[in-house]
Amino acid sequence: MAISKEQIAQRIAKELKNNTYVNLGIGIPTLVANFVPKGINVEFQSENGVLGMGPFPKENEIDPDMINAGKQTITTLPGAAIFDSTLSFAMIRGKHIGLTVLGAMEVSQSGDIANWKIPGKMVKGMGGAMDLVASADNIIVAMMHTNKKGKSKLLKKCSLPITGVKCVKKIVTNLAVIDVTPRGFLLLERAPGVSVEEIKSATQGKLIVKSQTPEMNI
Amino acid sequence: MINKQVNNIKEAVKGVKSGMTIMFGGFGLCGIPENSILQFSKMEIFRLTCISNNAGIDDFGLGLLLKRRQIKKMISSYVGENAEFEKQMLSGELEVDLIPQGTLAEKCRAGGAGIPAFYTPAGYGTEIQEDKEVRIYNGKPHILEEALSADFAFVKAWKGDPAGNLIFKGTARNFNPAMAMAGKITVAEVEEMLPAGEIHPNEVHLPGIFVQRIVLGKNYEKRIEQKTTI
Repeated sequence: MAISKEQIAQRIAKELKNNTYVNLGIGIPTLVANFVPKGINVEFQSENGVLGMGPFPKENEIDPDMINAGKQTITTLPGAAIFDSTLSFAMIRGKHIGLTVLGAMEVSQSGDIANWKIPGKMVKGMGGAMDLVASADNIIVAMMHTNKKGKSKLLKKCSLPITGVKCVKKIVTNLAVIDVTPRGFLLLERAPGVSVEEIKSATQGKLIVKSQTPEMNI
Repeated sequence: MINKQVNNIKEAVKGVKSGMTIMFGGFGLCGIPENSILQFSKMEIFRLTCISNNAGIDDFGLGLLLKRRQIKKMISSYVGENAEFEKQMLSGELEVDLIPQGTLAEKCRAGGAGIPAFYTPAGYGTEIQEDKEVRIYNGKPHILEEALSADFAFVKAWKGDPAGNLIFKGTARNFNPAMAMAGKITVAEVEEMLPAGEIHPNEVHLPGIFVQRIVLGKNYEKRIEQKTTI
């Protein structure tokens, strides 16, 4: 069976490395913070200017001057730091962030990502996504394998305006864990009970399948 | 000390005219110059080019100026959350220039720091790159982005003194320091005005040299866009 958004986040959380700085995008990526494995210490950066982001506040702790990039109210943890937007993007562009987790509308087999614009329909802007994908060495995309109409989001080539070129390294969807390699999408793991055939039919881009594809351990 | 304090918001916005380019600090509704925007919404100034990371919501922040059709062009990185904005943009009434957030921040900083342009990897290979010079540094393509400046910059701080020194609170800092640097005339509104000497020089977030006018604000609403609790 396909896994839930929470389980996608849970699977991505297994990729977190000890003592690293992590930037989480809006949507499924935000949920990753709920599943940090025991013994793994990470600090979350939010592009509006905070490092060491903590959980959402209790009702009596809400501070309108403390928000994350999704404009949600937040708290900070001991050791946190606050800074302005230029310093925040210096951290991002300067490759001081170890892992970036983003949502996407489409990913191509060469690692291009599209997540900021649907011409004629949705033009909200790219926010910090273009800066993030242009500089991060380690980008994981969290998304559903297909869109609401059932069409594949893992494509040969992106059909929407792209956010960045050849930048995505790994994709975790409701069906599979996939690495982006120079030869195409490499299937690493499948969701429990989901067959390789199902994943193949939901993937428009080139999918490389090894002789054995283990189930995700979630 | 050079005294930059003005008595009220009317004095603070003096000289703002139709057709000008104006920067507004803030991220979402966090750290926006509420008093200045409200004052703008009562004035007969139109055809503004506004540089701000976001465009407010329908009934607050820059949304107030959009509703009165005071804005001709918006330069931002993210403009969701505003139906009026979307309507005016899709009808072609409102010009919109979308810029990656880090590039927008750096354009402001550069504008205030005497750097006319800089290379950044953000936007390479995308629509943003169109018509821009590309150069390879360290084996990677970068695009040339030009600095921004403005006739006026309006920023919001937590504490300030008559010298214009500012301290920001929490994530309300965001774009405020960089935009303060880039304004030909920068107006800072503050929640608390302290006598000179009360802010320790070590604790100044933005030195007063970047601020031309400082005013004590009032009645801050500080609306929250996404109230989230555990």
